[in-house]
Amino acid sequence: MISGSLYLDHAATTPLLPEARAALLEGFARWANPSSPHASGRAARAALEDARDRLKAALGWSGEVVFTSGASEALAIALTRCAQPLAAISAVEHDAVLRLAGDAPRWPVGSGTGLVEAGWAVPTGLVAVQQANNETGVIQPLDRVAEEIRAGGGWLLADCAQSAGKIALPDADLIALSAHKFGGPIGVGALLVRNWAMLRPTGGQERGYRPGTENVPGVLAMVAALQAGNDWLAHALRLRCRLEAELVAAGAGVVSEQAPRLPTIGAYRMPGRAANAQLIRFDAMGIAVSAGSACSSGSLKASHVHSAMQQEGASEVIRVSLGRETREADVDRFVSVWKDVASP
Amino acid sequence: MIYLDNQATTPLAPEAREAMLPWLGGPDSSGFANPHSPHRPGRMAAAAVEIAREKVAALLPPGGRVVFTSGATEALNLAIAGCGARTIAYSAIEHAAVSEPCRAVDPAAVELAVDSDGLIDPAISLPSGVELVCVMQVNNEIGTIQPVAQLAERARAAGALFLCDAVQGAGKLAPPEGADLIAISAHKLYGPKGIGALWVRDGVRLEPLMRGGGQEGGLRSGTLSPALCAGFGAAAELALRKMAEDEAHLRALWQAARAALPGFTLNGSADQRWPGNLNAWHDGLDVARLMSDLRTIAFSAGSACASGSGKPSHVLGAIGLEDKKTRSSIRLGFGRYTRMSEVVEACTQIAAAADAQQEFGVAGHD
Repeated sequence: MISGSLYLDHAATTPLLPEARAALLEGFARWANPSSPHASGRAARAALEDARDRLKAALGWSGEVVFTSGASEALAIALTRCAQPLAAISAVEHDAVLRLAGDAPRWPVGSGTGLVEAGWAVPTGLVAVQQANNETGVIQPLDRVAEEIRAGGGWLLADCAQSAGKIALPDADLIALSAHKFGGPIGVGALLVRNWAMLRPTGGQERGYRPGTENVPGVLAMVAALQAGNDWLAHALRLRCRLEAELVAAGAGVVSEQAPRLPTIGAYRMPGRAANAQLIRFDAMGIAVSAGSACSSGSLKASHVHSAMQQEGASEVIRVSLGRETREADVDRFVSVWKDVASP
Repeated sequence: MIYLDNQATTPLAPEAREAMLPWLGGPDSSGFANPHSPHRPGRMAAAAVEIAREKVAALLPPGGRVVFTSGATEALNLAIAGCGARTIAYSAIEHAAVSEPCRAVDPAAVELAVDSDGLIDPAISLPSGVELVCVMQVNNEIGTIQPVAQLAERARAAGALFLCDAVQGAGKLAPPEGADLIAISAHKLYGPKGIGALWVRDGVRLEPLMRGGGQEGGLRSGTLSPALCAGFGAAAELALRKMAEDEAHLRALWQAARAALPGFTLNGSADQRWPGNLNAWHDGLDVARLMSDLRTIAFSAGSACASGSGKPSHVLGAIGLEDKKTRSSIRLGFGRYTRMSEVVEACTQIAAAADAQQEFGVAGHD
């Protein structure tokens, strides 16, 4: 980190784990094209297929795996090439889903909680509901959601970009994930699909479901990051409890406080201070946090996530996200700057 | 292992590897942020991406912008599906990353024939009403260099956009003149896998394939990797600097290989070619057997993408080579890091093995 700076934006991206870095560098040395039939190519192919098996084992996934350039691509494949047409998405999906969803019906979320409403008449087809929200950390009840979707013969597409590698994968039919959210490199991800019949192929690599030379070093590093485990999350949860107790005492509002949330993400409202103004102050103090997602920050439009859950004072909410190396002293430093920014 | 498959992929240049390392840092470094984050580490990452973009742009013509993608396949798909053309013509020797998306958009897409040298006639007539013409700069299987500048001019006169797959030519030759869209890939020019770019001429409108965070001016959503961008940029910079030196080296290798393979007949033009590629056939040669005999030499029987498929090469078919000769063809791909001694050693072994096959016979194999 820059000297004196504090990174609390791990939901945007998190540092590469040493295990992943080692695997990436090893992968750079094993650079042959896995589609080549000669010995070097076959060795690259073997490494790729071994990584596929290890990824499935690490995630407890028994279906198929398509390696992609990241979650945006995995979602684009699922949304445009699924054997069932898109029937609905939750109102709090990431833009990567939202902007490919056209006018598909939005599954409403509860105000204040951000959880998809029970009893909504789910249309039949492909339904996209994320596992954990990138802005609030709210974890959707996907077991119940999957049941409701499947009752009508539909399939669940779960965007697990924020949750994969942190909590157990949901019982979904299609799952998108991104390596750089769990300590792997940027530029690689995967689409998990229960069986090939759920997708239309295009030809090319990845059994005809994703053309393009495979990023073998990236894949090896992604799997190494998954295999590094997530023991640190219990510590992250303790840190976040400490953070929230302090912030609430200082007058903050905690978004979706009552909903199940990922231990690493919190969204907090500082009444009377615009989020963008807060960010400038935090940035000047060397603290990296964000308002909503990284991709949309910088834009002035209101977060659709906060609008969907009728969040009060949405324009005053910032996101703090913790990582593996976040320490108690970091939390305390953030709280002290927060109080400074909040003071009249 | 002697690696002679540089059209399938190239080794990572040490300079490119070095350029990536600062962006593969752990929590104690400054090199891991999301380049789309507005905070300071994010802005530093964004600056690295923009520096890399300038370096990649230096390989491409002026008057356009560079959109980073996950590779050339994505860049080509974005160009073909995103440009809005309904009527397409593409050369008969295009890579599947061009022909497949073309046929998906226009099932009646017209194939532009090549001659027996593997070259398109620059005066070839384009189908009427064509909206997109796709011709590659350097063919990946036989190395022939297409007259893309003239073809781009023809396309423009016909009111069509011109897409050039410059994967095999980028960083090796001057960029194609007159193209509206150019796709390139880092791992074919000694950069990392997982990144490529689409060059888009100013004023050409595209619709994105991947939507989401709205990165790359809304044309390509998805978090950009500062590491992959920096590696691509360093590889591009190096390629530009070493362009003449690399070509002279490859020309020497090509001539040595040709001399060491007297029983082989060249596929594709001898003059209009990139010297990093040598595709040739030998009478009666069983390529599968040759490959299993010569396990320490990495070479190819066709394009790597098609190699596992068992399908005969569409490129060798397009130049009119008989099936028997196609099946007896090998592709050798030389690169910057291939040594003369390796080429001589490998070609001597290949020639000896081919002669031995003929001597002891492989009757029945055909």
